[in-house]
Amino acid sequence: MIETTWVIILSFLLFAIGTFGLLSRRNLLFVLLSLEIMLNGIILLFVAASNLHGNNDGQIMYLLVLTLAASEVAVGLALVVQIYKQQQSLDVDTLTKLRG
Amino acid sequence: MEILLSLIPLLPLLSACLLLFWQPKIATTQVIGVGSVSLAALLALSLNIALWDQTQFVLQTSLGQWLTIDKLSLNFTLYLDPLSLVMITIITCIGALIHLYSACYMKEDADICRFFVYLNLFVSAMLFLVLADNLILLYLGWEGVGLCSYLLIGFWYREVKNSQAANKAFIITRIGDTAMLIGIILIFYQFDTLNIQQIQAHSQQLLQNSELLTKGGAGIISLCCLLLFAGAAGKSAQVPLHSWLPDAMAGPTPVSALIHAATMVTAGIYLVARNMELFSLAPDVLHFIAIVGVITLILGATSALAQTDLKRILAYSTISQLGYMFLALGAGSASAAVFHLMTHAFFKALLFLSAGALIYCMHHEKDIFKMGGLRKSQPLLALSFGIGCAALASLPMTSGFFSKELILEQTLLAQQPLLWWGGVIGAFFTALYSAKLFFVIFFGKLNRPSTHNTPRAMAAVLIALMLLSLIGGIQPQGVFAHFTALEQSQIPAPSLSALEHWLPIILPVLTVILAWFLFIKGVFTPDSQPSQSSVSIKQQLERFLHSGWAFDSLYHLILIKPFRLISKYNHRDIIDQLYRQLERLSSLLYRQLSRFQTGQLRHYSTSLVIFCILAIAWGLTL
Repeated sequence: MIETTWVIILSFLLFAIGTFGLLSRRNLLFVLLSLEIMLNGIILLFVAASNLHGNNDGQIMYLLVLTLAASEVAVGLALVVQIYKQQQSLDVDTLTKLRG
Repeated sequence: MEILLSLIPLLPLLSACLLLFWQPKIATTQVIGVGSVSLAALLALSLNIALWDQTQFVLQTSLGQWLTIDKLSLNFTLYLDPLSLVMITIITCIGALIHLYSACYMKEDADICRFFVYLNLFVSAMLFLVLADNLILLYLGWEGVGLCSYLLIGFWYREVKNSQAANKAFIITRIGDTAMLIGIILIFYQFDTLNIQQIQAHSQQLLQNSELLTKGGAGIISLCCLLLFAGAAGKSAQVPLHSWLPDAMAGPTPVSALIHAATMVTAGIYLVARNMELFSLAPDVLHFIAIVGVITLILGATSALAQTDLKRILAYSTISQLGYMFLALGAGSASAAVFHLMTHAFFKALLFLSAGALIYCMHHEKDIFKMGGLRKSQPLLALSFGIGCAALASLPMTSGFFSKELILEQTLLAQQPLLWWGGVIGAFFTALYSAKLFFVIFFGKLNRPSTHNTPRAMAAVLIALMLLSLIGGIQPQGVFAHFTALEQSQIPAPSLSALEHWLPIILPVLTVILAWFLFIKGVFTPDSQPSQSSVSIKQQLERFLHSGWAFDSLYHLILIKPFRLISKYNHRDIIDQLYRQLERLSSLLYRQLSRFQTGQLRHYSTSLVIFCILAIAWGLTL
């Protein structure tokens, strides 16, 4: 059995990696990937907590968030494809059409 | 009889609506326009005959309810008593004659239908004014009269000058109207009713038991009277609200005759005469009215002397005659004022219509000095002008003589010798300018021949008015009975001295003889002035009088110029600045906030993360 502390550290690590990717990557595809990593970090925390307290709600929450992430990726990827078709680019720094 | 009464004001109103919506051909327009008013005149005359032997009568008929709010209830009720009977007779009869005349005068005008709509509407509004039983209905008629006069003065609206004259008339009378409306509201505050008869009855009670009248109440009543008089002064062209009347001559001549001589300007007299009981509660105001009347009559008469435009002479003479009426009212003698109103309506309508015919015959020439020697070629006009001027100058045995005598006599009886002298001086100038008018046009050498002859319909109207001007001195019995009770209680009736009795009678005759020497024999002709200095003084005086005592320049100086100055400085509205600052603030905020919307996804996510971190940190520190 792995120590809960390590799991929590791992989940924070995943979240930090995801956040770093979100902020630093310029490709829209990688931004989406980073979001998935952040979600995974959070889910891991849920599972670890459910294991620690012996409560299965955390596991159920894991399934819920997983489906959410899957649908989010589906929509996100569709958007990415459309954006690439229209703009011929996935660089978020050049996609500034919504500037006020 | 009640139906007859309600038909009198409704007939012209109906015909105005009919003409307005139907727009028939010229012949039909003339028949409807003239016919309705003539029918109203016949009805008024039949009422006169029916009520001839009665001295005190009241006839009321209701045309429906207007509004009821709390203590205030207003009806469209017509109220006929001797005073309003005299008024409706004058209005409808003179009105019918003038309608007949203008059917002939305006027949070549393309807008004759519009003209008759306005004329009929005007007569109707005036009839509602004099028949109203409450002050609000009176005010409705009052405003209707003002509106129609505006429309008629600016009838030939394509010329800027005419529109300006119409605007001037409307705005100046509006000043008076506003004051009058405030006065009416104050009356309601004081008496809790707007019914004229109830107000009069109440005032009479107060007059008899003066202890009922509190000091504050007396002040309010004086203020009411003053405000009502301001309205009357605006409508009836009294100093200082008189300057619209000479300019109002821009309208067609029958309009000048109808509105600015016979009917509209008498509305003010009627208002004061109708509320005489109320006014007698405020003797100071009555005294003020008399003083204003005297100033106006001297101003009008002297200004008329210096005019050269035929219609302007008549306009100033109207102002001065209205001054006489207000003098009579101020002396507490409403019957004398109404009597003079009646005779004045006859001879001033005669003069205006003769002037219209003369202008028509002289091919639209209005300068009297360009006419002259016309008595051979226009004998009828010479006769009508002669009678009109004689009545205006109040030569003995004309209608104007009786009424003006009565006014001067009443002034003396009211113990006002100073005002009496003012009236006599005014009478002197009146006789002088009317004689001048007559002599300059019809005597002397022939300057230019007339081009037209008087049309037959016009001639018929002139003859009818000539007869009225001569025999119109028969006093209406009813009015006198109506007012005598009130007047006798006030005046102790001293006797007149010989001078006071004979001077007003002899003065006009002497003045006419003087005028003959001045203007025809050439003792004092304008062209042969020897010394230079006296010329300049005389010219200055003439210019002063010609401009009607320079009231227009005065108003220009004290009202228009400062107004223009203020509007120049306030070109960018001061109040607007506040709103402009608000607008500037919001646009500043908008510009600052829109900077955050960079469109850079990474900026958004960065700020999101930073916010989350800060929020968590804040949550931890709590």
